[in-house]
Amino acid sequence: MTAATAAGVSAEATPSVRASWRPLPRRRTVRPPRAVLAIRAPLPPAARITLAALSVLLPLAVWLVLGATGAVDPRYLPAPDKVWHAGLDMAASGQLWTDLWATLQRILYGFGLAVLVSVPLGIAMGSFNAANALLEPLSGLLRYLPAAAFTPLLLIWLGIGENPKIALIFLGTVFFNMLMTADVVRLVPRDFIDVAYTLGARRGEVLRKIIVPHSLPGMLDAVRVNFAAAWNLVVVAELVNSETGLGKRILLAQRFTQTDKIFAILVVIALVGVATDVLLRLARNRIGRWV
Amino acid sequence: MLALAGVGRTWGTKAALENVSLDIAAGQFVCVVGASGSGKSTLLSIVAGLVAPTSGAVTLAGEAVTGPGPDRGLVCQSGAVYPWRTVEQNIGFGLELLGLPRAERRARVDWYLAETGLSGLRAALPKQLSGGQRQRVAIARALACEPRVLLLDEPFGALDVQTKEDMQVFLRGVWRDTGTTVLMVTHDVEEAVFLGQRVVVLASHPGRVAADVPVPLPDDRDRLVKRAPDFLRLRADVEDLVRSSI
Repeated sequence: MTAATAAGVSAEATPSVRASWRPLPRRRTVRPPRAVLAIRAPLPPAARITLAALSVLLPLAVWLVLGATGAVDPRYLPAPDKVWHAGLDMAASGQLWTDLWATLQRILYGFGLAVLVSVPLGIAMGSFNAANALLEPLSGLLRYLPAAAFTPLLLIWLGIGENPKIALIFLGTVFFNMLMTADVVRLVPRDFIDVAYTLGARRGEVLRKIIVPHSLPGMLDAVRVNFAAAWNLVVVAELVNSETGLGKRILLAQRFTQTDKIFAILVVIALVGVATDVLLRLARNRIGRWV
Repeated sequence: MLALAGVGRTWGTKAALENVSLDIAAGQFVCVVGASGSGKSTLLSIVAGLVAPTSGAVTLAGEAVTGPGPDRGLVCQSGAVYPWRTVEQNIGFGLELLGLPRAERRARVDWYLAETGLSGLRAALPKQLSGGQRQRVAIARALACEPRVLLLDEPFGALDVQTKEDMQVFLRGVWRDTGTTVLMVTHDVEEAVFLGQRVVVLASHPGRVAADVPVPLPDDRDRLVKRAPDFLRLRADVEDLVRSSI
């Protein structure tokens, strides 16, 4: 590089200038890394299965060893077999099912309501600039208020029954699901809409036959993500004030230092969460076969 | 039959099209070429009724164009074939909107499936098709509504050279079989001269008609026409016109 270009003055692109440069330093070519360590490389099936198994089995093994050796006070970390028995006891007494059903019901009402409200509004936001201008500022703002912080207010407004819990789940998921639905709807290509109009479609037909079918898989993805948030919120709601539910059971177990029960309930929550996630994923893949 | 009278379009203060007047007779195949910035896509959108002109007017068979409709079928570069619908459902979409009964719809779709060589792919999803097959579906879907004009916006722009040539020959065959008026926009001069009976050259910034060149080639053309001296001369002339009108 000449002094002139270093000073920011452009050099003329003549061959003699190029000839005056020193040879570029060479970099040694390296052997490509193994598939497991290469960036964005397809993973061999055996490696994938091994890694996936390790991700579950390794923590479980650590837990087993810690439980068996008594290295940690069982009051803090109960052994897996004690957790298993605590879970069985709760299942046998029927307590577990009552609590699970109470929790699930709250999610069904709260999140179901949120979906019913957020999907049409999200479709409107993604399709009509007027709806977006009206709803975006408010929902963008409310989204940042932590839903859990509304709990005391909801208790004052709605009393101590089911309503404040359902309202908490609703508030905590409705804005996210609305904005995510709107984003999905905005991905409908302009050409799809234009061509539909030239084939004689009316506005309502464009919404029903183009925008909704194209967005359906993405909307289900949004529901799947926000369903996880609903699970988080229901436990928060039950910790604060409740007679039944998995969250309430955790709180009671804590009062009597029954960590085995707490662990058992956590496992149940994880299993139910994973099961619904898998179901929603299957539904999405079935509806989105064309993707 | 299709008439543009002094059509202009501005975006803000920028003029995309200025005073474009064209008359296209029924059954004619007209190609519009121009460099980027010549407003050729805007022109097609105005005829389709998707964009309103800021001056002038478009009439189709004496009626003013005020919005999009199935009498002006549109095929765009992406094809916009609906990926959640099968080939059959895509071709029948316009007929479905018209409320045609299933049996009648099917009979008509069958004809277009045969015409476009897609009969074996009736139940296929678009993701299973090649780029050329997808454009065939898009063309069949537009034709199924029996438009007065078929509007093509760079329909083969995303295809490889061989497929593109096959599709050009295919399109001429469809035009011959259906007698539909065709208005096609392309930046490929060879394509325009091969396909059109007439090539309209647009100048850029703002877009306006620079030349309207008749193509004195026989209506029965195969791909070998592209090697004939007449063809090559005409193609060179039009290329020069496009260059000189940037």
